[in-house]
Amino acid sequence: MGAAFLTLLKRDLTLAMRRRSDWLNPLVFFVIVVSLFPLGIGPDGSLLSEIAPGVIWVAALLATLLALDGLFRDDFDDGSIEQLLLSPQPLPVLVLAKILTHWLISGLPLVLLSPLLALLLQLKLQALPTLLGSLVLGTLSLSLIGAIGAALTVGLRRGGVLLPLLVLPLFIPVLIFGSSSVAAAATGFPVSAQLSLLGGLFFLALALAPWAAAAALRISAES
Amino acid sequence: MFRWFHKLASTKNFYRLAEIMTPLLAVACALLIGVGLYQGLFVAPTDYEQGESYRIIYVHVPSAWMSMFIYMVMAFCSLLFLVWKMKLADIVAEVSAPLGASFTFLALVTGSLWGKPMWGTWWEWDARLTSELILLFIYIGYMALRSSIENKSSAARAAAILALVGVVNIPIIHYSVEWWNTLHQPASITKLGKPSIHISMLIPLLLMALGFTLFYFVTMLLKTRNVILEREVNSAWVRERIKEDRL
Amino acid sequence: MTEFLAMGGYAIYVWPSFALTAIVMLANLFAALTRRKKVIAMLKRQHAETKT
Repeated sequence: MGAAFLTLLKRDLTLAMRRRSDWLNPLVFFVIVVSLFPLGIGPDGSLLSEIAPGVIWVAALLATLLALDGLFRDDFDDGSIEQLLLSPQPLPVLVLAKILTHWLISGLPLVLLSPLLALLLQLKLQALPTLLGSLVLGTLSLSLIGAIGAALTVGLRRGGVLLPLLVLPLFIPVLIFGSSSVAAAATGFPVSAQLSLLGGLFFLALALAPWAAAAALRISAES
Repeated sequence: MFRWFHKLASTKNFYRLAEIMTPLLAVACALLIGVGLYQGLFVAPTDYEQGESYRIIYVHVPSAWMSMFIYMVMAFCSLLFLVWKMKLADIVAEVSAPLGASFTFLALVTGSLWGKPMWGTWWEWDARLTSELILLFIYIGYMALRSSIENKSSAARAAAILALVGVVNIPIIHYSVEWWNTLHQPASITKLGKPSIHISMLIPLLLMALGFTLFYFVTMLLKTRNVILEREVNSAWVRERIKEDRL
Repeated sequence: MTEFLAMGGYAIYVWPSFALTAIVMLANLFAALTRRKKVIAMLKRQHAETKT
């Protein structure tokens, strides 16, 4: 089981590295969206640093959403999803491998790039560790929750339009705790409550989402 | 118990039961809402803080309750459908979604109409209104997913999974919104409802809430019967009933 | 009566709330009833076709 997990992870990572646009586009999108805010509301530094936690978090959420549609799409189109379904390994484990790959190519780069955007929006330096920590926990949860929506819509021709409608409401708790942890850190308040709630959401998503996504994938593959 | 359950689950028996129950429930529903309206508008005293504007409670709170109750019914039916492949449960979930969305919409609009005299603005990011708004998005997503999958049986199962994912998330969303709200909102803004409500105001509220619940059941049963007929056009019992002209 | 309709000055908030609630609920009910008529008409037509 562990071996199958690693093999799938390796295969998907190699494939993803070849298709550069898959992981590069959401990243560029993330940067552009964040840089639109100063242009939209003016270059007032104090205002920007005040809204920075929310802006960075919303942009990260949208970038994750953008990458989400490709999570099962290619495997579905070339039929390799059938092999996953027929494999003797438990499907939720394989789905988890795919979600982890997806996070490594879409979520992790977002996290690594976020300090740069924090700089652009003049977020206080003391909030940086919390920003990184909350984004790691948060984007992992987003990938897990989003995978359910991606699996439900992968068989549809216009699934890309439907996907945000299904998963955005489910992203709200992650957004609330994520951005408020950064906001609290920027104003010097303790952040342990928010971060442990984010951790709780992550473990809940980790425990439930692979099963739900696997069930959804079976349905999508049958129709 | 289980046999009784199984019998009910057959669409033919359910159709028969719904046929008998619908008029009874409809009469009870009309009585409850009629008495509730009379008591709520004429008998219940004026609130000393909010004046007459509080009477919106008699449509706002029952709508908000129904919006959540109907989602619970949908989630429960989705579970029955996924685990026991009960087709009837899928039909009930399908026809309930638009009703639930309607009540969510009503809770939002009446909440806004109530909020205007209380808060001075049409929309306040109050915890309950925000939760209702998110619930509306969830209902819309459910209906959109169901209608965009062409294969009927796949659509039913995909929608059922989404409903169950939603039911896990709704309490989490609710509490996170509440937490977010207390974090950002100064205490000066009074929230909707949650008052120490006087008994003479509470009785009409309960009558209205029960009336709304029965209204949901009446409409849901009517819609369920429609879908049963459509899906079982060619079954023997439907043909029999057409012949005898009692549908 | 006019005093009742005025709702202590809150008439423009109270009555639209009640009216909208009534409209939306009745619209749902009537949608179900008209659908029922259509379904029955459809069934009868099909039945007539198969008999001939």
